Amino acid sequence: MKDGNFDHSVHIENIAALARIYLTDQERQDLAKSLDEILEYFDKLKTVNVEGVEPSAHAYPLYDILRDDEIGTPFDTKTALQNAPRQRNNQVIVPKVVE
Amino acid sequence: MDSEIFYKSASALDNLLDSGKLTSVELTKAVIERTRSIEGKLHAFISFDEEKTLDEAVQSDMRRKAGKKLSNLDGIPVGIKDLISERGQPLTCGSKILGGYVSPYDATVIERMRNAGCVLWGRLNMDEFAMGSSNENSYYGKVANPWDISRVPGGSSGGSAAAVASGETTLALGSDTGGSIRQPAAFCGIVGLKPTYGAVSRYGIVAFASSLDQIGPMGRSIEDVATLFHVISGHDDKDSSSYPVDKTNHNIKSVKDKRIKTIGIPSEYFGEGLDPEIRQAIEDAIDFYKNAGHRVKEVSLTMTEYTMAVYYVIATAEASSNLARFDGIRYGYRSENAKDAVDLYYKTRGEGFGSEVKRRILLGTYVLSNENFESYYLRAQKVRTLIRNDFMEAFRNVDLLITPVTPSPAFKIGEKSADPLQMYLNDIYTISINLAGLCALSLPCGLSSNGLPIGLQIIGKPFHEHEILSLGYEFEQAHDFKNMHPAI
Repeated sequence: MKDGNFDHSVHIENIAALARIYLTDQERQDLAKSLDEILEYFDKLKTVNVEGVEPSAHAYPLYDILRDDEIGTPFDTKTALQNAPRQRNNQVIVPKVVE
Repeated sequence: MDSEIFYKSASALDNLLDSGKLTSVELTKAVIERTRSIEGKLHAFISFDEEKTLDEAVQSDMRRKAGKKLSNLDGIPVGIKDLISERGQPLTCGSKILGGYVSPYDATVIERMRNAGCVLWGRLNMDEFAMGSSNENSYYGKVANPWDISRVPGGSSGGSAAAVASGETTLALGSDTGGSIRQPAAFCGIVGLKPTYGAVSRYGIVAFASSLDQIGPMGRSIEDVATLFHVISGHDDKDSSSYPVDKTNHNIKSVKDKRIKTIGIPSEYFGEGLDPEIRQAIEDAIDFYKNAGHRVKEVSLTMTEYTMAVYYVIATAEASSNLARFDGIRYGYRSENAKDAVDLYYKTRGEGFGSEVKRRILLGTYVLSNENFESYYLRAQKVRTLIRNDFMEAFRNVDLLITPVTPSPAFKIGEKSADPLQMYLNDIYTISINLAGLCALSLPCGLSSNGLPIGLQIIGKPFHEHEILSLGYEFEQAHDFKNMHPAI
């Protein structure tokens, strides 16, 4: 929405960084355009009077849902690691994170 | 044995299996043959494991022979949308980022289907992470509509709908976050049930929007769908949002009971943008119910105009949070091009997600960010309360609601893929049901002049699935849409 108070497109890089998603130049352009349009559409929510209305996080909120604390059988190491992209010595291999 | 065994209903097949005139192995082979012969045109499956499936059929035949059948669905093939975990089987969710992933455990719905003796047949194609209304967003290829292969089957459970409609399976599981069972069911001329939020366990499905997602059955008749619903529903300790509701509410027998109801017609669902042929078909269905003795009343759902915006704020917010787990560390795709640990997240997600998924994660991240949280997310949650109040108010005066499922019949492949907002508007009649946590049914009620199926939506109060199924059954029995099949 470039004619209003918002220029959502300037934030695309920022949002992509928050979401940890690498975007190509082409994707940045395409997504910025469609996000502008969709956010403009969302603006109609601002016309609804929500004074004193409680927010709904769920359609059917349930509270204090607890189950018995029973000991189950966890995955064995092999099963837990079967989908790891890289593994060695029963561990997931990741890039170095400390200098 | 006639040649169209793959089009028989589960209830008819159950009788044949009981009588010994048919075995589950024969049935399963017929379904596999059918799939092989048309799958090149449809692409409804992402993967299937014939050997495993036939082995389950062998087991079922042994049980039937010993007089120990587990349920009326023992030996009946059920296709699985590729976001439901089945131990030892691949699960892609239609995404590159889950390429090569093999489920280490069973979802609760799978466990229940095993206990009922179902033959778990094939992993059904879907829009990536269930985000889409056309099945054009699958990394593994588009699905075609069996009624016209130049058209979309709907989405996101497009593979499930196309496979059921064309006889590639007897039954299927789909999932519905904003219409993903009902819209493809309507486009493909089959029956699809979106159960009440909390009626079916979500344990073991890949989450898209946790406060909206529900798994549901898809089939070619109301009775079949009711039977599968009965198998998969009920409380599950492993899902804290699973409702501790009494199973008797889901009694299948009551589906065949006719009781006079008061049916509400929300005027907002018949406004601008509704295809005239669909309007006519729905009005004819309403006339049918009037003539059958039901009372029909106009009702108003005043918040309808805002449902689309509320849905896309809430669903994308929840998706951005749920999909944070796909980081290339513990499972799934990992980028080979990363310089360091943080870059690994960026590149894995950049390379692994498709464009619609990126769009929704970014939207969700935006509406949840500090400066926008209140004006978008919190506000949408408040309007969600108003939408739910709207329905509860309507249900004070009526038992059920009847509406169209979609504004138009199946559109052409590529017709809407360039315009996300137009694509989103395709779900205008279905999303409010998820926001309000209701149950709803889509069933075939006509064909357009160019031979495309039209769906009727029956919406019920929470945990009143038996009522919508029963009203649908009455319509189904008086019409012949259930025996209408595509020419593929």
